[in-house]
Amino acid sequence: MTELLTAFTEHRFLQYALLAGLLAAIPCGVVGSYVVIRRITYMAGGIAHSVLAGLGLVHYMQVVHGVTAVSPMVGAIVAALVAAAVIGWVGGSMGQRVDSVIGAVWAVGMALGVVFIALTPGYTTDLMSYLFGNILMVTARDLWLAGTLVLLVLVVTGLFHRQLLAVSFDAEYAELQGVPVGRFTALLLALTALTVVVLVSVVGIILVIALLTLPAATANLFARRLGGMMALAVGLCAALTVGGLALSYGPDLPAGAVTILLTGVVYFAAVLVRRRNV
Amino acid sequence: MSAVIACRDLSFGYGAESLLKDVNVSIPAGDFVTVVGPNGSGKTTLLKLFLGLLKPARGGVEIFGVSPRRARRRVGYVPQHPRLDPLFPVSAVDVALMGRLGRTPLLGGWRRDDREAALSALDEVGLSDRAGDHFAALSGGQKQRVLIARALAGGPELLLLDEPTAGLDAHIEEGFYRLLEELNKRLTIVMVSHDLGFVSHFVKSVLCVGREVVVHPTSEVTGEVIADLYGGDVRLVRHDHRCSEEGHRHD
Repeated sequence: MTELLTAFTEHRFLQYALLAGLLAAIPCGVVGSYVVIRRITYMAGGIAHSVLAGLGLVHYMQVVHGVTAVSPMVGAIVAALVAAAVIGWVGGSMGQRVDSVIGAVWAVGMALGVVFIALTPGYTTDLMSYLFGNILMVTARDLWLAGTLVLLVLVVTGLFHRQLLAVSFDAEYAELQGVPVGRFTALLLALTALTVVVLVSVVGIILVIALLTLPAATANLFARRLGGMMALAVGLCAALTVGGLALSYGPDLPAGAVTILLTGVVYFAAVLVRRRNV
Repeated sequence: MSAVIACRDLSFGYGAESLLKDVNVSIPAGDFVTVVGPNGSGKTTLLKLFLGLLKPARGGVEIFGVSPRRARRRVGYVPQHPRLDPLFPVSAVDVALMGRLGRTPLLGGWRRDDREAALSALDEVGLSDRAGDHFAALSGGQKQRVLIARALAGGPELLLLDEPTAGLDAHIEEGFYRLLEELNKRLTIVMVSHDLGFVSHFVKSVLCVGREVVVHPTSEVTGEVIADLYGGDVRLVRHDHRCSEEGHRHD
């Protein structure tokens, strides 16, 4: 542990990693709670996987065409928002089966990303860090962008928390109250997309779904109201990302994977503790 | 006094099948109407037409003299026992507050008058001491009362209920009807009933949904009316203050 603390004071990348983990905990707990109560975990999964298309495209543009103005995170944001829009539009207004659209966005996004990465000469180590996260490679620019996204997510959920709750609880009744249910569903998907982007830098595309939903689902076992659930989920998420970072550093294991293992253990342990008599 | 609900030549069907045909009914203010009819006859559909959740194929509905959509603020709705998530993180008062969404600004949090309305609605349904309780931890009857409180919190003049007593114990049902009787002193009530077991001493009219849709004063509901509605295979059993059917099958 002392070794870790010494390393922490010496290495900026560890400080950035810690900051990234703590920053990600905020939308993770807040938006993750909505994802859990609205039961759109697999929409979030589809959005997360489609992020590879954006990351791959920016990577390709950087290496092949020397375009460095756009950071990979911006590519991720655009891809996530496009994925959210497609799921919302095709699955909502066009009336197609939602799980089919999720599957399409999920796989097509990954395929696009893989094609862009294949077109890019050089090593493909970046692919692994996109897929499984590499919190140790977080840059100052990533942190600023993540901070902005977190602020945006907090302001929007703060302004519309009543509508988001009502739409999640009983969409038909919310509609009768004049709440534009379709638009708030779209808004929630957009918030999910932005949160996914922030979390991808911590645990990667494939593991993001667990970090987004398991701390919130765990918190839900103990909290009776949404505010409490969110606060507990934020705390859990922060503890899990920091814990994952700390546990992985000594044995030199991938931080994202260790974080998710920890998250899974905490979730299943909580389910056993709070087991109900059904 | 104009009608609270007025249907003229109202028709509706899912696909090519017509479910409701040329419905002409008028419900006056202060009425307590129970909607009865066999399963699949279109009772819930009729309620959804009153709410503007469905659009008529032909004809029209007016609520308080305007379209159902425009009248929504004056209408409270209690849905059929909803399929709610047992872990959903809301308290009773959170649910009652949701009935205020149509009356508050788009942005920000609840105001003092929203909270007061929600609490007084919970008080009216006899649950003021359970306001902070986890909604999912309440009993079936209490949940149903909270959903009524949600409808009341918006300050409606017309209350529409869809099979509110389905799945409730008989003694809970009794208290539930007393609450509705109390509310009927200031509200017009239209209630879809899951069977003919309606409480007749305070229900003022019966709206029968069958091959045709007709309103009867309760006193006129005779065995013939019911036999006609249910296709003859019905035997009536008279109780002290309620009448219920026996011997017919729901299909």
